[in-house]
Amino acid sequence: MDATEIGLWGVPLAMLGGAIRVSTPFIFVSLGEAITERSGRINLGLEGTLVFGAMTAYAVAVMTGSPWLGLLAAAAAGLCFGLFHGWICKFRGVNDIAIGIALMLFGSGLAFFFGKPFIQPSAPDLPAIPFGGWSDVPQVQAALNVNVLFLIGAALAVFLWWAFRNTRAGLILRVVGDSSDAARAMGLNPNTVRLIATGIGGALAGIGGAYLSLYYPGSWTEGISSGQGLMAVALVIFARWNPLGCFAAALLFGGAGALGPALQSVGVTQGYYLFYAAPYILTLVIMIATSSPSRSLAGAPGELSITK
Amino acid sequence: MADTVSSASVPVMLGAKSYPTAFEWIARRAEAFVIPLAALIVGMALFSLFIALVGKSPAQLYETMWRGGFGSWFSVQNSLSRAAPLLLAALCVALPARLGLVVIGGEGAIVLGGVAAAAMGVAASGAPAFFVILAMGVAGLAAGGIWIGAVGALRHYRAVNETISSLLMAYIAIALMNHLVEGPLRDPASLNKPSTEPLAEAYRIGNIPGMDVHWGLVVGITACILSWLLIEKTRWGFAARIAGGNVRAAQVQGLAVGPLIVGFTALAGGFAGLAGMLEVAAVQGSANASLAAGYGYTGILVAFLARHNPLAIIPVAFLLGGIDASGGLIQRRMDLPDATVLVLQGMLFVVILFSETFYGRFKAFNPDLWQRGDLLKGTA
Repeated sequence: MDATEIGLWGVPLAMLGGAIRVSTPFIFVSLGEAITERSGRINLGLEGTLVFGAMTAYAVAVMTGSPWLGLLAAAAAGLCFGLFHGWICKFRGVNDIAIGIALMLFGSGLAFFFGKPFIQPSAPDLPAIPFGGWSDVPQVQAALNVNVLFLIGAALAVFLWWAFRNTRAGLILRVVGDSSDAARAMGLNPNTVRLIATGIGGALAGIGGAYLSLYYPGSWTEGISSGQGLMAVALVIFARWNPLGCFAAALLFGGAGALGPALQSVGVTQGYYLFYAAPYILTLVIMIATSSPSRSLAGAPGELSITK
Repeated sequence: MADTVSSASVPVMLGAKSYPTAFEWIARRAEAFVIPLAALIVGMALFSLFIALVGKSPAQLYETMWRGGFGSWFSVQNSLSRAAPLLLAALCVALPARLGLVVIGGEGAIVLGGVAAAAMGVAASGAPAFFVILAMGVAGLAAGGIWIGAVGALRHYRAVNETISSLLMAYIAIALMNHLVEGPLRDPASLNKPSTEPLAEAYRIGNIPGMDVHWGLVVGITACILSWLLIEKTRWGFAARIAGGNVRAAQVQGLAVGPLIVGFTALAGGFAGLAGMLEVAAVQGSANASLAAGYGYTGILVAFLARHNPLAIIPVAFLLGGIDASGGLIQRRMDLPDATVLVLQGMLFVVILFSETFYGRFKAFNPDLWQRGDLLKGTA
């Protein structure tokens, strides 16, 4: 058997490679959202932040020639969106979920507005590390060509998991998320903590967007994000606000997202659109399976409106 | 906060329960008009600033917007045509909102309602036009109703967050539409733009006599009025408002909250499905990818601007339909991207939500405070 003809084995292999490729934006958005939700707020606007981050990264990379400057700009733009959400939600009567929906539309609108001139030119990509060099099979090489952001995301997940439990900042974040009153009794200002947490969450979502436009799919189009930012929010709930869980769930979602293209690569084109919907269906099924009307979710921050 | 009201003020508050003067009556209701209107003006001002910052003239922009959306009979008709689906899409947000639910996936119900109606129109061809159009309407209502009703059922019986689930279901619905339109329901003759088989001319919905606006506008306005009557004048609407205020209190009162939530969300989705049916029967002539034109998302903004009041939805839908309609003219005349309208919508949305914080803060709108004088100063 010719080594390049691996037949149906190509499907799981393409899904593994796809899981690594597709999951990276999920990892960053969900880790950012985990930080935000741990502080007791929910930011549904990360979908808009992701799109705006993708546009900013691409535009800056085109203009400066450096993908890393693009990444930095995307993080800064995301930080601004996050800080805005965090600031506006401190006012009485302002609903964090509704503001998130508004910022989702606003972020996408702004990105399309400023992104028009950047649909044509091509930007330099973020570098990837070929871990598949030991194999002669091109599919294996393709699957194991891992982008540096994936590795950074993995490291960040472990760091956050450790930091939530073992650092002073992690403790402050969890106290504010569980009870505003307890936080105030400790002399903390919940609004300030949430402002910072939402800002960091936005910055990470911006980085996720940079990955989309600068690596995979690797160009700026108006349809660049199809709900990844929103699915990441659902994923955080599924992962029980645990950064390691977020990482694992992101891989799972990435694999589901890669199902359609993987089947297509081996010649299965029937029902392509249904396979394309796999990540959404998976998210929905997981939400149904893990929610319960009779008990609140284990590990849920007490101040979080979405689980009340 | 209620528990900080000093005991001295309580008799005064109770004593104030006399017949309100006309002036008081106006003052209480003025808040609901003045604050959204002020927010609209502030939003427009911020957008002017944005336009000035990108080097264009705000005055020219608003002049173009007026001309494109409202300035002539032609443009008014165009705006009204766009308002028709917005009315129904906004109801899909406003009805669940009265129960305290934030449903944002109306786009999915529109798309599936359109596909179901198109399939029905093809399957029933040959029958008298009246029955076919009626059957298409029922198909659209049912498809949208089942889709969003499921969101409500998941919310009540499984505690699945309705905001996220409805948007996920919108993505699933669009994938389902693409699958059906490019696969089982595809008209082989549609090459460049995969579509279902075109409806026979007899089964298409025409224009209101004397206007270049299809009957969907009448359907939308009727749906808004019926929804207002449902919420304000029926016991179901009363129960919904109680449940929207406090679910537990409603359950203690013996209200069947589950059927109420499923019923309201299903009706809401049905209206959105009807919007899809109208797009198919009056505009497109078949179901295709154009069904996902974003009416569901603009409808969210319409509902929030109208503060989920079905009657207020009517003027707001006209306003946003006009802004939508002027997008093309703005793009051509001022060399601005088509997303300009999206930026304006986003800004208005944020400002409107921010304005929520001002309710109850102005003494002018609260006659109770006139009589209580300075008693509550520093405690309210």
